[in-house]
Amino acid sequence: MLSVAVFLPLLAGLVLLALPRPRESLVAWTWVTVAALDLALVIALWARYPAAAGRESGAVGAFAYETHLRWIPSVGAGYHIGVDGLSLPLLAMTAVLFLACAVYSLRQRRRTRAHAVLFLFLQTVSLGLFSALDLLLFFVFFDLSIVGMYFVIAGWGHGRAARSALQFFLYTFLGSLALLLGFLGLYLAADPHTFDIVELTRRPPLEDGGPAAGLVLLAIGLGLAIKTPTVPFHTWLPPAHTDAPAVGSAILAGVLLKMGTYGFVRVAMPILPGAWREYAMVLVVVGVVSVLYGALVALAQTDFKRMVAYTSVNHMGYIVLGLGAAGLATADGARAAALAVTGSVTQMVSHGLLTGALFLLAGTLHDRGGTYRMASYGGLAGTMPLLAALTSVAAFGSLGLPGLSGFIAEFQIFTGSLSFVPVPAAIAFLGILITAALYLRALQQLFTGDRRIPEHARTDDLSARELVSITPLVVLSVVIGVFPRFLLDLVEPASRALVALVIR
Amino acid sequence: MTAALWTLVALPALTGAALLVGGRRADAVAAPCAVASAVVGLALGVVVAATRPAAAVPALAGIPAGLAVDGLSAVMVVSVTAVVLAVVLFAAGELGPDEARARFFGFMSLFAAAMLVTVTATGLLVLLAAWEVMGAVSYALIGYWWRESGRVGSAGTAFLTTRAGDLGLYLAAGAALAGGAGALQLSGLAGMEGPWRDAAVAGVVLAALGKSAQLPFSFWLSHAMAGPSPVSALLHSATMVAAGGYLLVRVEPALAATGWAGPLVAWAGVATAVLLGVVALAQSDLKQLLAASTCAQIGFVVLGAGAGGVAGASLQFTAHAAAKSLLFLCAGAWLVTLGARDLEGLRGAARRHPVVGIAFTAGALAVAGVPPTGIWAAKDVVLASALRSSPALYVLGLVAAALAAGYAAKALVAVWAPPLPRSRRRSEGHEEHEGHDGDVHRGAPMAGRATEEPSPGQVPSSGRVSSSPQEPSSAQVSFPAEEQSSARASRWGRPPLSGPLLALAVGAVGLGVLALPGAAQWWRTLLDVPGEHGPAGWEMAVSALVSVTVLLGAGLVFARSSARAGAPARGEAERSAEPVGGEGARTRGEDGNGRDASSGAGLRQGAHAVSALRAHPVGRWAGDWLGLERLVRGVVVRPAMALARALAAVDDRVIAVGARTGAESVLTTARGLSSFDDRVVAGAVRAGARLGLAAADTIRDRVEAAADRSVGAVASAARTAAAWALRPQTGLLHQYYAQAVVAILVLATVFVLMR
Repeated sequence: MLSVAVFLPLLAGLVLLALPRPRESLVAWTWVTVAALDLALVIALWARYPAAAGRESGAVGAFAYETHLRWIPSVGAGYHIGVDGLSLPLLAMTAVLFLACAVYSLRQRRRTRAHAVLFLFLQTVSLGLFSALDLLLFFVFFDLSIVGMYFVIAGWGHGRAARSALQFFLYTFLGSLALLLGFLGLYLAADPHTFDIVELTRRPPLEDGGPAAGLVLLAIGLGLAIKTPTVPFHTWLPPAHTDAPAVGSAILAGVLLKMGTYGFVRVAMPILPGAWREYAMVLVVVGVVSVLYGALVALAQTDFKRMVAYTSVNHMGYIVLGLGAAGLATADGARAAALAVTGSVTQMVSHGLLTGALFLLAGTLHDRGGTYRMASYGGLAGTMPLLAALTSVAAFGSLGLPGLSGFIAEFQIFTGSLSFVPVPAAIAFLGILITAALYLRALQQLFTGDRRIPEHARTDDLSARELVSITPLVVLSVVIGVFPRFLLDLVEPASRALVALVIR
Repeated sequence: MTAALWTLVALPALTGAALLVGGRRADAVAAPCAVASAVVGLALGVVVAATRPAAAVPALAGIPAGLAVDGLSAVMVVSVTAVVLAVVLFAAGELGPDEARARFFGFMSLFAAAMLVTVTATGLLVLLAAWEVMGAVSYALIGYWWRESGRVGSAGTAFLTTRAGDLGLYLAAGAALAGGAGALQLSGLAGMEGPWRDAAVAGVVLAALGKSAQLPFSFWLSHAMAGPSPVSALLHSATMVAAGGYLLVRVEPALAATGWAGPLVAWAGVATAVLLGVVALAQSDLKQLLAASTCAQIGFVVLGAGAGGVAGASLQFTAHAAAKSLLFLCAGAWLVTLGARDLEGLRGAARRHPVVGIAFTAGALAVAGVPPTGIWAAKDVVLASALRSSPALYVLGLVAAALAAGYAAKALVAVWAPPLPRSRRRSEGHEEHEGHDGDVHRGAPMAGRATEEPSPGQVPSSGRVSSSPQEPSSAQVSFPAEEQSSARASRWGRPPLSGPLLALAVGAVGLGVLALPGAAQWWRTLLDVPGEHGPAGWEMAVSALVSVTVLLGAGLVFARSSARAGAPARGEAERSAEPVGGEGARTRGEDGNGRDASSGAGLRQGAHAVSALRAHPVGRWAGDWLGLERLVRGVVVRPAMALARALAAVDDRVIAVGARTGAESVLTTARGLSSFDDRVVAGAVRAGARLGLAAADTIRDRVEAAADRSVGAVASAARTAAAWALRPQTGLLHQYYAQAVVAILVLATVFVLMR
């Protein structure tokens, strides 16, 4: 069933390609249908997860819906997929976000078929990555996501799209090469040689630490840090976002960035626990610097979309901080460490929903006024109350207001981290103050005061299509913010298991 | 009874959410819904106060979300629900029908829900959540008239300042977890040990001082005045500002346990009570005066919490809630009917609306601490605990009480002073407002308002210290829109809704009954602190004497200077029938905010004693809310913005350039490789093809035509091969790069396999 969920979009894409000259609306609606179907599958997976995972759900290597087929037996790589509490929320968030993008693109009339097929491809790649339990499989999906996103930005972007796409491609591809080196290191260190994540987690190679473990962690960490991105590897992000189409940005920020942070919890932490403990402080520092640097640079932006892009650096910083702090935990701090890890996973989901929504909203703004420059707008709340309301809720969610998902994530990260790294965590608190300042500034500029719009801009409020695509993201964030248990029940056992691996 | 508790908080929350989602379509039903919810809320509040339920659900791992009602919470719940009902009732009558009523009442209900959760929360998680939601909703309410950017900016200042304090609660939560209070229960803080307890308590104190606008955070409260008056009435009395005081009372055992936090809090409270009392005295705008007095009065709550006087602090909370909501509602009523908020414009307001005037007087006497009002009783209990803690605290507390009597006298004299002739006419009808009196600018049509209102950049014209130009947020720029928009509701001449006012007045005065020994003991038992001592008889007499003496003395001084000011002004008003014109707005903008000592027209008629005070540097400093905002802007905001811009520039140039340089060197290498590819590899292929052709030629020359066809086939095959070989050379760098990666992959795989 998991494999069906993963490959259904790709299959639909191939069918679409095979059809001779399908009508554009048919293509668009097929995409929506497939995305909805896939979401239904993932929800079914979620609903049946407790039964499928059994009583072992919190144990090491206890995955549900596992499929393990021979793929390249000579190198010990298999088609091994499965989900646990760390990956299932991300699968669900991915399915939701792709459906939102499908609905948002219903009126997309630029090479509709190629566009739809590319996104269906990307969906398979993303779902595949979050369910991969084999390093080589993980790497293949990791790389294919870069290729897919390159074409999205280059083909449907605006501004200097080709250039930004190329920079994105080269930069993240370099990261993936580092990642591959690290994976090879793990493969060679394991005895017997294997790429299987479950095997490697059960018997971590390089457990004694030492320079080899450090080097492997460096390679993997570098690859993931570029994808995440953390400071100072983030410079591909703003141009890529600024020039990407709205749906491209939503997927890039919402899903693709999570591949980096997910790699930390799926590969780096459980397979290299010794090295993770040893270098946890480095990650904490990188996290805190990303938090503050991302927030401050975002504060200085005048372009709405670029500002949101920089807040991604800030939000990813919290995740790295939480995961790094968990590496410094001792046995009696396991609870706090698990809290920080749970917060980090929640942040991945929350950021996907909220930043996805914000990028789609930025897209609606661009559709109307042709620019992201905030100073070009003013007083939009009058003519576009729905846009104003949705943007405000998403922005307050992004700045960590309780009642929305961001708070659930950040509160756990902060509370959990403070035990181990009091000073860095306390400094990171400032991040939520700065993000508050920058979002309030943006809201004030865009929506309040005297009405100001660029020439020839449309002033119609959000259409039904835009509403249907964006509202569920915001509503889900509120649901997680108010009733977090349904998500945390899934994540908490997995984070406890992960922490048990790291602090052993 | 847990159902009652859940309903108590869920009902206003759901009402608010429903109204907000409904948007303008729900405008018509908004007020009835909000009032009904508030009525049920008060009933439920009484029920839970009597039954004391507790409830908890799991929230985070090992951290439950709990609500409970104990004695303190019972007092708070009843105070909050009562004030909310009064304010919502009043607002239902005052808010114009054209306003976005659903948004207003939706946010008001949400705000009430957040405060109710705050005062019943048992743990830091729920407390922090409600606490921050309350801040965000106050942002929405202060910025209610969003078309004016300045108001939204003020709302932002208020939100950011309080959120800076809120960070303390995050610190407290983390420290509690680290220090062993794993469930983050507030009651567990006192039992912790060592530095984690100190950190947790420090965080709580920071958050409480920020929310309660105590020093050094006081300035945000001045900005909070940009909202509609009912918002101020709610924000300043039983919610938001009061929440900080409540929290300190709630964690009083932890404050006492640390040894240092109690005195720190007590001194912060008394310092605020004294200094903000001076600030209040220096204001010439009624709402600003009331705002400063809120800081000062909540200072007594904070003082009580710091000095270990839970009973007094709680009583002060309740008594102040009743009095201050009453005062703001009266100020709002006058703002709507008279269109004035500066004290000069309010001359005679009480005479014109006696019901409002009497209610206002009751509230002002309570704030002054005159017996037998509620604040008199409360202040004495607080001062009694202060005296046991330190005589210096007690003396400063008495000074603060005297200042309170002083600013109450100032407000009372202003509203009861005989009206100026033109002010009287001004209030008769809308047309009259087109004529300018020099002190109050009224009646500009909505469209013209934007241009006439001094823009933030212009305000600091006459040598006044400028607020930051890029932050158009000085709340002290007065906003005519409230008068305007409410005026459009054409409530002219209709008496303001008097029911809520009188009820609050009865509450403000009647709470004085708790000064009686039996009642005081009942109160202490209610709060579960039966061992605390009340004030001695002489202490009550001293504070009563101080209040009454200062009230009368200051009243006399203000009345005399007001009369002096009235006489020439009256003559002048008769002389100068010609409008002062656009000056009006400017003058009002400056004079109304009480900062500018040198503006002309307004001050000509101002109380001379006050003008003398405000001409003095100290007076100006006080009028400017101690210059705190300028300090924060200069020391925090501007450096932060500069840092942000510098980092953004660095980010654009340096780091990106570094990456680009790296990329360029890769590109150069790639270009080199590709030209190598073009020349050598492709050349070899082409050469091969050519060789084949040549060979074919040779063979054709030598061999018969029969072999010719097969040779031609070879040649074309070679050509195809060459074409295939050329195919990867698309000129697209990333494809070269990908090929390189594939090659590396293959090599790596081979390497692995061969090993």
